Amino acid sequence: MIRAEHISKSFGDRKVLTDISALFEPGKTNLIIGKSGSGKTVFLKCLVGLLEVDEGKIWYNDVLFTGLDFHGRKEIRKQMGMLFQGSALFDSMSVEENVRFPLDMFTSMSSEEKLERVNFCLGRVNIINSNKLFPSELSGGMKKRVAIARAIALKPRFLFCDEPNSGLDPKTSIVIDELIREITVELNMTTIVNTHDMNSVMENGEKIIFIEEGEKCWEGNRNEILKSDCRILNDFVFANSLARQLKESSK
Amino acid sequence: MFRFLSGFGSYWMLMSKVFSKPEKPSIYYRQTMKELVSLGLRSIGIVTIISFFMGAVITLQTAYNTENPIYPSYLIGLGARDSIILEFSSTIVALILAGKVGSNIASEIGTMRVTEQIDALELMGVNSASYIILPKVVATVLFNPFLTLISIITGIMGGLIVGTAADVVTSQAYIYGIQYAFIPYYITYSLIKTVIFAFIITTVSAHQGYNVEGGSLEVGRASTKAVVYSSVTLLLFNVILTQLLLS
Repeated sequence: MIRAEHISKSFGDRKVLTDISALFEPGKTNLIIGKSGSGKTVFLKCLVGLLEVDEGKIWYNDVLFTGLDFHGRKEIRKQMGMLFQGSALFDSMSVEENVRFPLDMFTSMSSEEKLERVNFCLGRVNIINSNKLFPSELSGGMKKRVAIARAIALKPRFLFCDEPNSGLDPKTSIVIDELIREITVELNMTTIVNTHDMNSVMENGEKIIFIEEGEKCWEGNRNEILKSDCRILNDFVFANSLARQLKESSK
Repeated sequence: MFRFLSGFGSYWMLMSKVFSKPEKPSIYYRQTMKELVSLGLRSIGIVTIISFFMGAVITLQTAYNTENPIYPSYLIGLGARDSIILEFSSTIVALILAGKVGSNIASEIGTMRVTEQIDALELMGVNSASYIILPKVVATVLFNPFLTLISIITGIMGGLIVGTAADVVTSQAYIYGIQYAFIPYYITYSLIKTVIFAFIITTVSAHQGYNVEGGSLEVGRASTKAVVYSSVTLLLFNVILTQLLLS
């Protein structure tokens, strides 16, 4: 479980997040949605500690994450996995080395055990016979899947995904969404996904937080979103005529 | 002035992160070996070529500027030797490496920054500064003295081959000159300078790359700044070290 309490963040004079509180539960795919530039990525980076909050607290289960120093956070970070928007695979390493990296750094497993774990993780994301390829040789979808494999290599308790569908075709996006949802349930992780992909919202939105101009405007799930009266949310989610028809038919 | 002080402060803060205890020494060792190949072995070619021709030019210029019956011809070898050992193989080679290695380091680390690879390391709980920069520092500080020795030998050989081919000096006179009044401390002086220059090139360039914000344009700018800042710092330290070590 991750709890954010009254998070605020500014860059100079520009306030990016204002008093955001949220609870993210384990075993669920929690979505943060909002327009580009609404503050989703900053909020996610605050949650994982890549950016320091100006005000507010972040709890990982019963541990106050914002009160820890680098070494204290290190223990919690070993329980985190993150899928970055651009995958963030290490260019100089092969697929196998990328997935093995966290195992090399933080475990005392033997080479055989590591290879077994790497192959399991790659198999889980349907990447087969590509161990020796380098990131530059992979398609966008494959990069995302390898990044997921790396993120789950240490069996994390918390998974963060920053726009996992960006730059992917609709079919591959659905594959990635399904993968994230399945893995979340399998490992009983607390998963937080930043997205503005409406297919993801409808498929994965077990809990949804809508952020507009750095403020939390709405909270609910994919069923509630269809019935919401929040004008700003409706303008964002049901931006095209097909989506508006769907909303009308659900009433 | 404020920008200079803030840059200087951020450099030392980065260094304190770089020189903290490695998380897993075996991984750092493996990285250092990779960097030895990438930053050290792959610089041998350019150092050899440049040193050969510079040694040749130094010899020819010394010969044409001492064309006088009063001066014995072995002075050409002696002049070339001292120029190569004292200044060329440490400082000029370091300036060349600031261009090659410095821009390489800044652009590599800058690209890692803008493609969130550094964020990925931090998120895993890895000290990204230490993991990325320390192996580069160790590799260059260990290997650059060998590059300097290679440069000295190649430069002197270049002088011998081209000097005798151009008929400005005989091989016997040149070889006698490079042995005449030889002070072994000059080699030590050259190697001390090389080690300090290697540290400057690597850390200044890494600092520029590590603090990139933006995209590919900023990576390019960081790469240029890395070469300029490390070259200027290197020349400043050249003056200081020369005064300290030779006075």
